[in-house]
Amino acid sequence: MKEEIIIAGFGGQGVLSMGKILAYSGVMQDMEVSWMPSYGPEMRGGTANVTVIISDDKISSPILHEYDTAIILNQQSMDKFEAHVKPGGTLIYDGNGITHHPTRKDITVYRIDATEEAARMRSVKTFNMIVLGGYLKVKPVVKIENVIKGLKKSLPERHHHLIPMNEKAINRGMEIIHEMEVEA
Amino acid sequence: MKELKLMKGNEAIAHAAIRYGVDGYFGYPITPQSEVMETLMAEKPWDTTGMVVLQAESEVASINMVYGGAGCGKRVMTSSSSPGVSLMQEGLTYLAGSELPCVVVNVVRGGPGLGTIQPAQSDYFQAVKGGGHGDYKLITLAPASVQEMADFVEDAFELAFKYRNPVMILSDGIIGQMMEKVELKEFKPRWTPEYIEENFPWATTGKKKGQERRIITSVELDPYVMEDFNYRLQAKYKACEENEVRYEKIMCDDAEYLLVAYGSSARICQKSVEIAREKGIKVGMLRPITLYPFPEKQLKDLAAQVKGILSVEMSAGQMIEDIKLAVECKIPVQHYGRLGGIIHSPGEVIEALEQKIIGG
Repeated sequence: MKEEIIIAGFGGQGVLSMGKILAYSGVMQDMEVSWMPSYGPEMRGGTANVTVIISDDKISSPILHEYDTAIILNQQSMDKFEAHVKPGGTLIYDGNGITHHPTRKDITVYRIDATEEAARMRSVKTFNMIVLGGYLKVKPVVKIENVIKGLKKSLPERHHHLIPMNEKAINRGMEIIHEMEVEA
Repeated sequence: MKELKLMKGNEAIAHAAIRYGVDGYFGYPITPQSEVMETLMAEKPWDTTGMVVLQAESEVASINMVYGGAGCGKRVMTSSSSPGVSLMQEGLTYLAGSELPCVVVNVVRGGPGLGTIQPAQSDYFQAVKGGGHGDYKLITLAPASVQEMADFVEDAFELAFKYRNPVMILSDGIIGQMMEKVELKEFKPRWTPEYIEENFPWATTGKKKGQERRIITSVELDPYVMEDFNYRLQAKYKACEENEVRYEKIMCDDAEYLLVAYGSSARICQKSVEIAREKGIKVGMLRPITLYPFPEKQLKDLAAQVKGILSVEMSAGQMIEDIKLAVECKIPVQHYGRLGGIIHSPGEVIEALEQKIIGG
């Protein structure tokens, strides 16, 4: 198994930490992982993205030009990365702020309205975990129990009381993600 | 069971330094390597191993603190990124001229000048040709993974003390910032003053009664003495060239074309090799692990087998000069690389190979 993922959105949406938790979940499952962020000023606003690779075998390049899955959380990232999903690949996006929806017909498109759901759940900070849940529903590359272990590893101990809340968000994401018909 | 951690290349350097028993780190923050000092400060090794971690007032101060520590026979290091390493060049030539061992990490970013904070490999010339003045060399290691970032700290110190010369770990923003699994070695104790006294008769450990003065300097006013010293330096570098070349060959056995790349470009090219092989193109890769000494003989041997070489480096073409010298221009050698902080993709490398070498 090998899954090459790009997660892209705004700085502050938890893009990098979502990728980190996913990578840690892969480590917990004894797989090879790489996590390559866009770093620097992006982290303080603007677009941020991270490439995560989870594989049974040794990983060659941490930098890619096409992806099995793109998780897209703003319009700029849609414009940039829709074309870079492999044919037959998967695109997952949050509809919030999206004006130009995906148009490719050779990939499977899923929508998850995680921004809206996070506001409804009154926990904006678990936004990225809702998205992660949705992703794992359609691409179960790691087991949920390993995601929880990954969360424990990547969160400092003083934040461990937040794990049940994050678990709830992951489960909610799994419920609300749905496949989209791409219109011509 | 071995413990695997997920961490950035920069963090791995810091952890490896503490565990290896490094005596001192002196540095000044600069993106994309600031996590080295951040991690050291968070780990507080002064409470455990006694390692000194100090934020100097500048890179110039850092490298001169390294000079001081190294002169005492201590295992000391610094890290920076391109503009900061330029500031250290005077210190590096003085360290080489005074035959002092130390480790300097350069997590390269795009230049020239203050440049960008994104990854680049355009400091190759500065590292292997000597950015400072005089006939000196920096032994240069190029890690291509987070694991190698950790492992090369130890390797670099071993080489530094074996040859009494500064060693550079030439990394870049990709290897520094990416996270991968890493296995850290067991903690080793720092050297005791007695060990240093016994093993390094050049170290300034405090003059004992009846002992000769130990002078650490790079100045010599008698040019004949200076010439002899230079011959001795060159003999040392020759020994280094004979004994310390390190490289990795990937799918070279039946290769008709060869990619040569180090560090993060080697990782990207490895993917290019995978994709090209699926397309039926017989491509192999040579990854120099030591950039100085350069794997000249290995390249010369491969030149007898392959039809052409593409040197891939995030620069305008620096390593290609050493490749051309090694293969004595017997086969076509071309360069490909994005500049100024832009990272080439595995697909772009294949396109360049097809256009410049296979079709060329």
